[in-house]
Amino acid sequence: MIHSLFLINCSGEMFLECDYFFEAQEKATDVENVPPVISTPHHYLISIYRDKIFFVSVIQTEVPPLFVIEFLHRVADTFQDYFGECSETAIKDNVVIVYELLEEMLDNGFPLATESNILKELIKPPTILRSVVNSITGSSNMGETLPTGQLSNIPWRRAVVKYTNNEAYFDVIEEIDAIIDKSGSTVFAEIQGVNHGKPSCAIGQINNPRLLDDVSFHPCIRFKRWESERVLSFIPPDGNFRLISYRVSSQNLVAIPVYVKHIISFKENSSSGRFDVTIGPKQNMGKTVEGVIVTVHMPKAVLNMNLTSTQGSYTFDPVLKVITWDVGKITPQKLPNLKGTVNLQAGAPKPEENPSLNIQFKIQQLAISGLKVNRLDMYGEKYKPFKGVKYITKAGKFQVRT
Amino acid sequence: MSASPAYGEEKGGSGLGEPEYGHDPASGGIFSSDYKRHDDLKEMLDSNKDSLKLEAMKRIVAMIARGKNASDLFPAVVKNVACKNIEVKKLVYVYLVRYAEEQQDLALLSISTFQRGLKDPNQLIRASALRVLSSIRVPIIVPIMMLAIKEAASDMSPYVRKTAAHAIPKLYSLDSDQKDQLIEVIEKLLSDKTTLVAGSVVMAFEEVCPERIDLIHKNYRKLCNLLIDVEEWGQVVIINMLTRYARTQFLSPNQNESLLEENPEKAFYGSEEEDAKEDKPDAASLVKRKPYVMDPDHRLLLRNTKPLLQSRNAAVVMAVAQLYFHLAPKAEVGVIAKALVRLLRSHSEVQYVVLQNVATMSIKRRGMFEPYLKSFYIRSTDPTQIKILKLEVLTNLANETNISTILREFQTYIRSMDKDFVAATIQAIGRCATNIGKVRDTCLNGLVQLLSNRDELVVAESVVVIKKLLQMQPSQHSEIIKHMAKLTDNIQVPMARASILWLIGEYCEHVPKMAPDVLRKMAKSFTGEEDIVKLQVINLAAKLYLTNSKQSKLLTQYVLNLAKYDQNYDIRDRARFIRQLIVPTEKSGVLNKYAKKLFLAQKPAPILESSFKDRDHFQLGSLSHLLNTKAVGYQELPDWPDEAPDPSVRNVEEETSFPLESHIGLLGEHREVPEWTKCTSREKRKEKVEKPFYSDSEGESGPTESADSEPESVSESESESGSGSSSSSGSGSDSGSQGAESGDRSEERRKKKKGKEGPRKAFLDTAGSNPSEEEEEEQGKKGKRKKKPQHEGKGDSGSSWEEGSVSESSSSESDSGSEAEESQSEPESKRRPTPPSSKAAPKATRKGTKEISLLDLDDFTTAPPQPASSPSVVSTSLVTDLEGLSLTDTSLASTLLSPTFSAVRTHELLHRMAGEGLSVEYCFSRQPFVPDPHMVAVHIQFSNSAEAEVKGLRVCAPRLLPGIRLQEFPEIESLAPGDTASVVMGIDFSDSTQAANFQLCTHSRQFYVSIQPPVGELLAPVFMSENEFKKEQGKLTGMSEITEKLTLPDQCQSDQAIVQRVMVAANVSRVPCGADHVYRFAAKTVTSGSLVLITLERKDGARAQLTVNSEKMVIGTMLVQDVVQALAP
Repeated sequence: MIHSLFLINCSGEMFLECDYFFEAQEKATDVENVPPVISTPHHYLISIYRDKIFFVSVIQTEVPPLFVIEFLHRVADTFQDYFGECSETAIKDNVVIVYELLEEMLDNGFPLATESNILKELIKPPTILRSVVNSITGSSNMGETLPTGQLSNIPWRRAVVKYTNNEAYFDVIEEIDAIIDKSGSTVFAEIQGVNHGKPSCAIGQINNPRLLDDVSFHPCIRFKRWESERVLSFIPPDGNFRLISYRVSSQNLVAIPVYVKHIISFKENSSSGRFDVTIGPKQNMGKTVEGVIVTVHMPKAVLNMNLTSTQGSYTFDPVLKVITWDVGKITPQKLPNLKGTVNLQAGAPKPEENPSLNIQFKIQQLAISGLKVNRLDMYGEKYKPFKGVKYITKAGKFQVRT
Repeated sequence: MSASPAYGEEKGGSGLGEPEYGHDPASGGIFSSDYKRHDDLKEMLDSNKDSLKLEAMKRIVAMIARGKNASDLFPAVVKNVACKNIEVKKLVYVYLVRYAEEQQDLALLSISTFQRGLKDPNQLIRASALRVLSSIRVPIIVPIMMLAIKEAASDMSPYVRKTAAHAIPKLYSLDSDQKDQLIEVIEKLLSDKTTLVAGSVVMAFEEVCPERIDLIHKNYRKLCNLLIDVEEWGQVVIINMLTRYARTQFLSPNQNESLLEENPEKAFYGSEEEDAKEDKPDAASLVKRKPYVMDPDHRLLLRNTKPLLQSRNAAVVMAVAQLYFHLAPKAEVGVIAKALVRLLRSHSEVQYVVLQNVATMSIKRRGMFEPYLKSFYIRSTDPTQIKILKLEVLTNLANETNISTILREFQTYIRSMDKDFVAATIQAIGRCATNIGKVRDTCLNGLVQLLSNRDELVVAESVVVIKKLLQMQPSQHSEIIKHMAKLTDNIQVPMARASILWLIGEYCEHVPKMAPDVLRKMAKSFTGEEDIVKLQVINLAAKLYLTNSKQSKLLTQYVLNLAKYDQNYDIRDRARFIRQLIVPTEKSGVLNKYAKKLFLAQKPAPILESSFKDRDHFQLGSLSHLLNTKAVGYQELPDWPDEAPDPSVRNVEEETSFPLESHIGLLGEHREVPEWTKCTSREKRKEKVEKPFYSDSEGESGPTESADSEPESVSESESESGSGSSSSSGSGSDSGSQGAESGDRSEERRKKKKGKEGPRKAFLDTAGSNPSEEEEEEQGKKGKRKKKPQHEGKGDSGSSWEEGSVSESSSSESDSGSEAEESQSEPESKRRPTPPSSKAAPKATRKGTKEISLLDLDDFTTAPPQPASSPSVVSTSLVTDLEGLSLTDTSLASTLLSPTFSAVRTHELLHRMAGEGLSVEYCFSRQPFVPDPHMVAVHIQFSNSAEAEVKGLRVCAPRLLPGIRLQEFPEIESLAPGDTASVVMGIDFSDSTQAANFQLCTHSRQFYVSIQPPVGELLAPVFMSENEFKKEQGKLTGMSEITEKLTLPDQCQSDQAIVQRVMVAANVSRVPCGADHVYRFAAKTVTSGSLVLITLERKDGARAQLTVNSEKMVIGTMLVQDVVQALAP
């Protein structure tokens, strides 16, 4: 299936060469525009781009492309998990472990063990302490027995898990995807939610399951109970994992927690323009909007920006023409504002398009959809584990058109 | 660390090494291409310290990773293949796999080590030995590999079997001559029942022998049922394979619609089936009588894959989506849209692939994605390729109702910075305009406005699109043409210029004044134009010459002369050709006369259509679909067959005993369908009736609902399996008589084949069948033969039932007189329903004690002494027994009968996974609960598949609704691993279908469980005569009477079928009846003893009327529903 795998960095050097790929890479102006599937006379190249590395797999025969893409992402996730980051240096530093991992993850091109729990039992992740211990004692990083999870129907959990403290934390993270048009009305908005969790057998109940338009589950969730009782019942994996992701559809009105007032205009024939953006909170249920960052891709004709902000700091990248304004917290009393002039290339025609604003923000202790974890019951434990639920609302792909 | 100083020094000495990038010797690698450097590696490999070896191997692997050749170290490395240190070993394996093909002779040295490894007690070592052995691409060891694979395929450990499955394609790619032998192994592994193996073996199947679809038949249902528990990668492969399989085996669920639609060839369906009917009474008749009935196996596949839409793995979701797209009835395809839209949140690569598929789907099934229109709106941050795909989808989704919003969106896009995207948007607008006539003018106006856009690319693209639009209705738009003619001065993009020129030429009669002027200008700049423009200038000149030769004759001459000496031969050719054609000379012939017709012929308007049209002939989600060309190794998605192949090939012969060899720690796993797919008992019931075969074949719920399945036989086999003993001698002796009987019955049985799939399927999961290679028909026979015990059960019970009914009816006839007397003597007792129950109580207890003694007499000691475990013995002997006891007729009249058709449909109480190895199932045994007649007996079976003993199994802390009582079963002190135990507990549901909730406690855990009874189980059968029945019925009219009309399906036209179906649905007894088309049943509720009377009257044809009389209206209503569903097709 997957014939071979190459890792290539942005400038195009690493393990082995792959001509066709580079050709396509050169053709595409932007790294994101390299087509994920490239057909060559003898092979097919399927690639993903993650953290400035291209993972390119070579396949020879028909295989569902998503199969390969999903696997490559799983590989990248595993590297991230093992080395803390999925960077070129991290991979170079751990070439042997990378090899060992890939050896376990693929057998003749067919995915073998992709569950991080199993892999961690087979190959222990590198830590400084362990490498010291290993070099003194001569013990190895390899597990000697078959990971129990490999055999069971619940591969995400190891057979005997013992913790000194048994805790279950749930993070309900909701992201608002929205497109807001020029006049400030919402074109499209939906909420994407994620439930992260930590160990023990548990049943969680959420207040209004009807809110959720569409859900996808970690395999540990018992689908039947969800279907019949709308209860999430599961034997969770160890460590962090994504329990469910859900979507609250655009049919339910999504409350947009911020509004933006903006004037971005370019004067005809004067090679300058105006830029004035104000951001303010609305409908945030008494919670403060934090971590606000506004990013604007300015037109190519823009030379420089001369701005003053009432709050936070801004940077303008004259190469990429990106202005980033780190606002921080919004206080309703004094609305943050960024104002100034735009210098255009002399002689260039007035830019036709208006840039759109991408906004990031965070609201602690609020799930914008109104979703709540009502109860969390744990079974099979003699002592009382610590439970905690945290809510965060974030901006997902939040775009304001101007 | 011990090693590092040594080579550190050396490195300093040589100084030739490449820059060191890993400072930690344990994780990095220092290496050099210097030949000498390998000497120290060799030394390290030869040393007897594992740490040194490990170090060396790590450096070697790092070299391989950098693409350096390390093959000269082969001999030194191979020696270490037997190293004890597992990490060294693994790295040696990595090295071996990489270089074995180059150094075949040396590689052979390692083979014996692997052969030893294959016998290792540690399954991990066995597996990895096989993995490496099969990865060494040395042709000489093919026989050894073959042997190893065959051996591993029957290994105890499923993990090793999985590895064997992985090894198959490797060996096949090394030596394709081994195909036949490998197919045998695949066939063997396909019958494996562990989820671990399933995915891998299907993968091997796809690589080695995808054309051998016949190997799947026997495993089809198993694969469907296991699917949800298979690891995600395996799921993808299996789903893709099953899609292909289903296309060959089932009929198109949309054929009715396609009949109505444009497809005229398919109209012949009907007649074809007419013919087919004669050959294949089974399958074809089914298809013919109803327009279309979905094969239960087809339904099974659709239902079992549906939950996987919730998978976190995008590949799985896509696989299910394509399966639904290709296989599901039109009405059901919609469910996939949601899941696909969800994937759009994922990584951009995933989005790319998903959008490609959505684009294809949205052409065929536009309505499916319409609700999600806004999810395809484009953000300025999307990569261009994603933008263009989203645009494609939006365009496909455009229709009259949403076009205005879409156009508004498009207007935003046009102002984007991304020019490729803007061009694509303009084309999209053009497509919307052609497809939706209503907005054509709006679009055209919008596009014309774009002509004054400053960006030339935008203008050019608009011109091209406008040209196409104008072609549709040129007469109304001469203004636009004029406007465009003016543009020639400004616009420089060749394609746009060419388009304008063509337009002017084509519609020169609309712009008679401007056209020659344009030609004049173009003639002036002719030499500087691009080729494509020059060709159009020549075209324009020719057309003008033909329509308006007075003004343009000279210009045309001039242009043609210029073209004559052009550098491009195409242009020279064209000029020469046109000159000959239009300028009349003496030589020119007839063609000249037709020149006008040639040039100014009516040209068909271009059709702007999606590039994704017709892509769906590739299997969606496949590489081929994405590339729109056939990829290597692509398996065509076959067309639906015109008539369904014989569905019986998927039947699996069953064995009465469990296979002794079981999966590690997963005992009993194969008996149940994964929890996800099950629904609650009530839901199941409903669904069952709607699609009767489907749920039968699911096999999870036990066989009882189908007409001729026999509870007795099942419970027999269960008790056998529980005790682990071989089949009882009694059934063996019966088989002879059964054989004789089976002859006459075979006819009838064939008719009911469908119905029988239920029980047969029930054994599918339990039987450790080895699929034989016999012919299909033979298998059919064999299935029948193997099924004997079951038929015996049937024979037994059938006869017992007959016997019972005969004796009963005779008695009832004989005592109808006496009964009349009795009714006179005891008038009150008849009026109220209580007397029978009070009478019945002592009877029941007597019977209960009798049973137990019978059990002791019969050789059933191995089975737990439960009344339910051997009902067949009881029920047959009971009748004789009762006769032997010379009970009076009157007493018989109101006896609570032991049910003949008890529902041993098992329900799951606690899933193995939830119960940490303890799984609990329950069924309603329909036996009277001895300690308390007001309780329903629930037969609970525990099986312990965990590794530890379960102790102190008991009920505690029942949280019951008011009125519900519960009689706990005696505590089970301990249940050894692998053991099963059954108990009976009584629950008084107080005549409601409320669930009884309680906790099951073990020594360490407690589980919340609940039992919910179907309404039919809240009844106890009552025997009464027809007269009595009518009398009681007379009292229960008005509000207490519920009537329902229904149509009996073909399957239950016979008396027997109807009676059986009713009796399966509810615990009732039949009332003997004089009339031919009337069936009466009587029962009373267990708690309050209220009578429940069921009357089913057959009218002419298939119509029937169902009447239920009961004081308890709720029960009556629910019962009506259940019975109607039981009788539905």
